[in-house]
Parts: sequence; C-alpha cells; structure tokens
Amino acid sequence: MYDQYLARRYRTTVRPRVEDYKIKDNVAIVGIGQTEFSKNSGRSECQMACEAIKAAVEDAGLNIEDIDGLVKYAMDYTDEMHIVSALGIPDLNYFGECGWGGGASCATILHAATAIASGAANYVVCYRAMNERSGARYGRAPGVEQIMIAPNDHYGYLMPFGLATPPSWVAMFATRYMYEFGATVEQLGWVSVVCREYACMNPKAMFYGRPITLQDYMESRMIVEPLRLYDCCLDTDGAVAVILTSAERAKALKQRPAYILGATQGIATQGEMMTSYYRPMISILPESWYAGQELWRVTGLSPKDVDVAQLYDAFTPLIPMQLEEYGFCGVGEGVAFCEGGDRIRLGGEIPCNTSGGHLSEAYIHGMNLIAEAVRQIRGTSTAQVEDAEISLVTGGLGVPTSAVLLRR
Amino acid sequence: MSMVYDTEHPVPIPPIIWDNMGYWEGINRHELVFQRCKECGTWRHPPRPVCPKCRSFEKEWTPSTGKGAVYSWVTYQESPHPGFKAPYSVVLLEMEEGVRLVSNMVDIKPEEISIGMPVEVVFEDIAEGLTLPKFRKVG
Ligand SMILES: [Zn+2]
Repeated sequence: MYDQYLARRYRTTVRPRVEDYKIKDNVAIVGIGQTEFSKNSGRSECQMACEAIKAAVEDAGLNIEDIDGLVKYAMDYTDEMHIVSALGIPDLNYFGECGWGGGASCATILHAATAIASGAANYVVCYRAMNERSGARYGRAPGVEQIMIAPNDHYGYLMPFGLATPPSWVAMFATRYMYEFGATVEQLGWVSVVCREYACMNPKAMFYGRPITLQDYMESRMIVEPLRLYDCCLDTDGAVAVILTSAERAKALKQRPAYILGATQGIATQGEMMTSYYRPMISILPESWYAGQELWRVTGLSPKDVDVAQLYDAFTPLIPMQLEEYGFCGVGEGVAFCEGGDRIRLGGEIPCNTSGGHLSEAYIHGMNLIAEAVRQIRGTSTAQVEDAEISLVTGGLGVPTSAVLLRR
Repeated sequence: MSMVYDTEHPVPIPPIIWDNMGYWEGINRHELVFQRCKECGTWRHPPRPVCPKCRSFEKEWTPSTGKGAVYSWVTYQESPHPGFKAPYSVVLLEMEEGVRLVSNMVDIKPEEISIGMPVEVVFEDIAEGLTLPKFRKVG
C-alpha cells in the first residue's frame, strides 16, 4: 500500500517549463483588510465584503477606483456585480470565481496573480464574506430539499446513511489514518492546544483570552467519533479581503509587499467532495501533495526553506496530514510531529497557524490564513516568527486544493 | 442496534441521474450491483460514464457477492439531522470486488464495530421509494 503511495509521480513532463512561470517575484499582495470576527455580525455579507475590501485598499494606500479585477469564491453569496455597484467601482475588466469551498482560498490568489502577470489586470481583489455562524452553518446537515436538488449525485451515496456533515466526512479519514499509523487522539489534541495558544496572543481571535489544556481538549464533547468539539473549526461571521498588484507597482505603495513566489492548485484523480474514500489509500491528501509538488517545482524551494506556515485547519487531523503531504515530515509521521506542540510553536521547526487558524482565530474559509501569511512577511503578526522570509499558506482539504508561497 | 430513522422527518433521497440509475434500480429490487467495464473488466464505484482505465463507455451492472469488510467508521454522538436518531455509526466498506461504499451496520452496537470486520449486505426498506443497502457482521 505504501509502495502505491510512494509511487505517486508528479508528471512534470506535462507541465510548462519553470522559466516560463511568470508569477514568481512579479506579483505581490499589497493590502489586507478584515472585519471583526463574531458569532453574529448583525449585517449583510455584502456589507462585510465591502468593509473588508475598503480596508484592504486603504491598507495598501490605494483608492477604490484603482480596482480593476475581482476574484471570488464560488461559494460566496456576494457576487462581483454587487460589489462593484455597492462600492462604486467604476468598471471591472477581470473577474472570476474559484470552486470547491475553502479549496478556493489560495486559488483566488493564483487567478489574481495570473491576471496581473499576464497583463490582464492591475489591481485585483480577492475576498470572502460569510455569516456562517448566524446564517447557514456548515456543521448542520442540509435539508432534504437541498439534497434532492444537489448537483452532485455523490451526496446520494452518503446522506441517506447519515454521513451528512463535514466533521463526519473528515472523521472517516481520521479513523483510518489513526488505524494505519497508530496515532492517538491525545496526540491530535496538541494541534488544538497550540492553535489556541496562538489565538490567545491575537486580540482579534474569537478565542482570545480562552486558553485550553490537553485535558480540556480530551473532555470536550464528542461530535463525530473520533472527532471532538475542539477538533473542529469555529463558525464565524466576518470577511477578509486582500489586494494584489505587480511587484513594480507594489514598490510605490504603503506596505512592505508580500511577493508571490508561487501559487498553485491541485486535483487528484478519484476525488469526491470531501469524501474521496475510493482511492487505494484514504490516510493521505493527494490534492495537497500535487499542489505542494507544483509549488516546490515552480519556486525551486523545499519545505526546509519555509519559516512559517498557515495550514488549512478545518479539523485537527488536517494539519499533520498536510505536514506530510507538503514534505515537512514523512508519511504517517505528522501526528507524532505535532505531539507536545513544540515543533509547531514559535521557535519550532515550522510554526503553524500563528493567528490561531480556523480552529481558534476565525473560520473565513482560508482567507484569514492568507492575511496572517502576509502579516508574517510584514513582521506584524501577534505571534511573529523572527525574520520570517518565506511564508506558506494552504487551501481547503478533502477537495481540490491550492497553496501560496510568499516571500519578503 | 441499527441506524434509526425518524420518518416523521423526510430522509434524504438519493438523486438519480443517468450514470447511477442502474445502481439504485438494483438496490430497489434488493440486489447490490456495481458498474463493471465490459472491455477490461475493471469494477468501479461510485458510478461514472466511462472506464478510467481503458476509457471504454461500455459497462454492465454486475452483481456483487455482497461481501466485504469494514475499512473505516465514524459514530455520530449528536444527530445532525432530525431524520436520524443519534448515536449512530456510519461505515466505509471495502467489497470483495475491490470497490468501496458508505453504509450502516445493522444489529450491532457502535462500540462493537472495528476495522477489518467481515460483513454482508442486507436490504432495508426505509420509506416509500427509499431502499438502502445495509450490512451485518458475518462469522
Ligand atoms: Zn475498462
């Protein structure tokens, strides 16, 4: 079985030449903006999107009129036409959306950067706004009407059997992962504890001021065995936006640019929406492996070069699994890597999710992780990695995913 | 103990499309069938229009032995939907044909389920128009 895993080959023969990759060093994230993160925003998602975009533009030292591109998540209910009208953006020449839930997060950066590097747009905004806590929570199973009209017939193989929510979909992977690699829930708990420590350093985090111990984790209520409450991300109302432009224009702007070394996406075969149970192994995340292989290929870097990482953490098992797939440790070693927490804390080999991540800062579908990756480059994180030069951020898991590598 | 449905609430009904019609028709007549490529003989599930190995569109709904083993499992402690009574377990099964599918076990407590447990198919008529393949421990 592991032979099959190790036999995965990235088909570099079908990829463009590295020297033709136009994004590297030519595009930068120059502005970040966000609303507060809460359980009840008391306003529309459209308003929050506009607030975050306005804040990002001001952060960059730009004007709303400068925006000529928008990239949204397919799952975001606020479309680009309404943003343009609401904010009074005069016109827009580049817009599009990226699919697959949180898998879209770093993909929006790839699409924006592609537009900028190719000369299709100058200033492109990526945003995510959601009343996910006060509105339709992802942790609740959809009503029968929604399933009946599901565009994905695959729901029919899951929902009638009660496998109906994201924690259960990931729990199915986690059970098998722990069985194959002999990992324990106590070991997983450290991921949750460390993310909470980071949140307690971040006054904007929803769990600021609420530390937990491993004991608290073990005593948190079981949601879908083997996953407990503290294995699951927050539900959040809020919005985050970022703005990108060319490296050349970035020099004239207000903030230290976060230059894009690489931005990639990944789909692996035999996938299904968060339930890719039909592959030879399910204790792995092949989408992440492909996104990672491409990232290392186009940047010429390796995990050893990375100073800080924001790994998409909808559920705790996804952090150790990504540490494996992006090459920070070997197959099956991720959970042991996180045990005790020191290797993912400040001063450790790879500090992870330094704002608290989805588990403890807020769940803005990966966009808050991108903002934190930028703060690490600027030197303004509340858990700053000293002299951070290279900052990794990854997109949603169990779905087609994406990743971005930033540099100072 | 089996998965208990509260049929006061509508239980999710599988969407039927061209590609999976034969699968659900089989279930409705209490027969577990999977797609098998007519060209190269490869089994596949979930159903798809074409063989990913040899790209042949010719396929047959072929009866399964109905036997397999537990590959992974989860247990809901809180119900996510008013149609399902918690606690209940959901299992991922690997069938003798090599394909996997998601289902529930019958006549077993959640804590008795383990990876590798041999199972065989049974059919449950849940509600008007909804029959599902379920599995019980063998041996
Ligand atoms: Zn074939």
